[in-house]
Amino acid sequence: MDLDQKSTRTLNYFVPQMVTISKSGILQLSILILFIMGGFYALYIQIVDGHIVTGMRDNVVWGLYIANFIFFIGISYAGALISGILHLLRVEWRHPIIRIAEIITIISTIIGPAYILLCMGRLDRLHHLVLYGRIQSPIIWDVLAISTYLIGSIIFLYLATIRDLAALRDYPFKSKWRHTLYKFFAVNFNGNSKQNRYLERGLNIMSAIIIPLAVLVHSVLAWIFGMTLRPGWHSTIFAPYFVVAAVFSGTGVLIIALWVFRKYYHLESYITKIHFNYLGIILMILGALYAYFTFSEYLTSWYGSETWEMEVLYKLFDPHEYWWWFFFAAIVGVVVPILVILIPQFRSINSITAVSVIAVFALWVKRYLIIIPTLETPLLPLQDMRPEYIHYTPTAIEWLLTFAGVAMFCFLFFLFSKFLPIVSVVKGEEGTNYAELRKTVMQRIIKRT
Amino acid sequence: MENKEKKQTRRKFFFKTATAAIGAISTAGIVTQSCKKKVEEGETVSLLSPDGTLVEVDKANISMAKMPAQGKEARAGIPNKKFVMVIDLARCRNARKCVTNCQKMHDLEPGDEWIKVFLMQDSNDTAPYWFPKPCFHCNQPPCVKVCPVGATYKRTDGLVLVDNERCIGCKFCMTACPYSSRVFQWKDPVHENQADHDYSPETSVPHKVGTVGKCDFCPDMARMGKLPTCVTGCPNGVIFFGDKNEDIVTNGTESFRFSELVYERAGYHFMAELGTEPNVYYLPPVDRLFDYKTGFKTLTNEQKEFYKKSIVKKH
Repeated sequence: MDLDQKSTRTLNYFVPQMVTISKSGILQLSILILFIMGGFYALYIQIVDGHIVTGMRDNVVWGLYIANFIFFIGISYAGALISGILHLLRVEWRHPIIRIAEIITIISTIIGPAYILLCMGRLDRLHHLVLYGRIQSPIIWDVLAISTYLIGSIIFLYLATIRDLAALRDYPFKSKWRHTLYKFFAVNFNGNSKQNRYLERGLNIMSAIIIPLAVLVHSVLAWIFGMTLRPGWHSTIFAPYFVVAAVFSGTGVLIIALWVFRKYYHLESYITKIHFNYLGIILMILGALYAYFTFSEYLTSWYGSETWEMEVLYKLFDPHEYWWWFFFAAIVGVVVPILVILIPQFRSINSITAVSVIAVFALWVKRYLIIIPTLETPLLPLQDMRPEYIHYTPTAIEWLLTFAGVAMFCFLFFLFSKFLPIVSVVKGEEGTNYAELRKTVMQRIIKRT
Repeated sequence: MENKEKKQTRRKFFFKTATAAIGAISTAGIVTQSCKKKVEEGETVSLLSPDGTLVEVDKANISMAKMPAQGKEARAGIPNKKFVMVIDLARCRNARKCVTNCQKMHDLEPGDEWIKVFLMQDSNDTAPYWFPKPCFHCNQPPCVKVCPVGATYKRTDGLVLVDNERCIGCKFCMTACPYSSRVFQWKDPVHENQADHDYSPETSVPHKVGTVGKCDFCPDMARMGKLPTCVTGCPNGVIFFGDKNEDIVTNGTESFRFSELVYERAGYHFMAELGTEPNVYYLPPVDRLFDYKTGFKTLTNEQKEFYKKSIVKKH
């Protein structure tokens, strides 16, 4: 495949980093693997001893695992929605960041559902979902939606990567297996106009499909909670609320990932302040939208002041219970990012990344606060003599598996970056195509008049 | 076998007896089967009676015991029945016999209760009362709706049962049930008391780790024409159990027409506004037999404090 000068330069820049690993890289990698091993150890204990090793009990039947599940599915929005929308809108600056966004999507859509499996009492009966599946159950909706979403995201990433795979195929690698690998995945792409046209069409279709699919996935997720008759969950705005929260956290994670890769791979010339500024502004707008939903949700339940809704609210506003967490999740995590990005003097690559870290943490805490206080508020009084049945405290096992998930996320990201340049090398032609199209259309119009 | 019997539950005892009976029939009474004639009177077999003595029984009087249903039959329900429970709150003094009986019969861990007794107070101005709460076996059960594999299901006789051989342990039913009726098996069950028979959703034992269990209205007892163990255990006759189709409920000593009882005593559904249409009716705690404080007698000081704290609304 013929490459232009810029693409060749990019390729030559990335390939050495793909085939080698630095000493500090090995150290970081072994730390990640250590955390992952810790997770497997915890999983082993949980399988042998049963779920008694977790902090979950009969009232709080879902804990950290489900919070992590929502969190990871949430950050998967980085790729699906952001890159999908940016692609459809033909935003020029998307090229250096779109690959990272899509990789985030795929990794988190794999890790997220793993937490559901951890929460299941009988992993050995997973096939019952196929044997006895009932479409009435929101869990089946979830299984269908997430698997479709994962497949869709993989196709989207693959289509967006074919050009690079073809370029890698033609690159003189020393190792033979890389050649075979890239040759297989490049499916004889050589960049002729017909292939390019089909590829563009495929990408357009996929980005149009992936957007509603992503919205659906998080709506279904919200409905798992919204469909139950529980205070704090049984809310009609839950689906859009979850969707907005998900894009918010997805954008945050994307900014953090950009910052990390920019430092790690020295991509200062590819990922610039413009990207951080634009993504920061998107983050700010989403933050405002999220704040609006939060306000609307809690104002409605407080004003209506139904007994059980109030019970949950009192828990969230009680300094001895969840107030400080709630304060951080619903106020600090939103106001600080908005203010820092809003004021141009505060806007810098580091400050935008810092507020993204705050926002992402806040969103994780918010997921925890959606699940635990509601489950700690059953409609019948909690007259149980066993304190662990009244208050949920996550155990070491649950934390180990949580950290293992984050480590796995970083580890898979690392693996991806060894197989693919994390910034797309070969730019598609659709940008110029559209400019030309516009020109010809304009010329025709001028001729006619 | 005999010296172990002290430990055995009533249920296990029944099965032992039934097995003995079946064994006796199949060995000594082959004639009966092959000839398919009415057994002549006078022929007797030795059977182990429930109180542990061997008795001679006329073969003509022996009939096969109805085992708890398995498979499809356990999902279908007992034909022409519509089970219903009426709980008279005026009689309850938190004797907790329903709880302990149920725990014994279903081999539950000490803290796990399929029927719970809550101390309730509707407002600061009204008197507290004791509130026994089994599974309501709702006609619109939210738990059945959300189950992804149909492990919990509604039967024609009105019962909502759990098949713990199908349950995948997602606990969605536990979050969906607004009445906290469901109990999860967090660890491997202790097997010492469990009957050595096959599992049936009608007996709910043996438990399986990682699955959900709950009050089943004892349909295995119903098949034998007996009342649920919480009903027979109650010293004050609080719980009435019966069949809506026959329009009769009984607590073992008194029987009422179901429709008249709930009509005259203003029977109501707990949290009817949730739209779950329970099959458990409550009679309001009026003209009480006991002051609610009597219910504290059986409790430790710690428990008393705990109950008092939990009913008073802080806000």
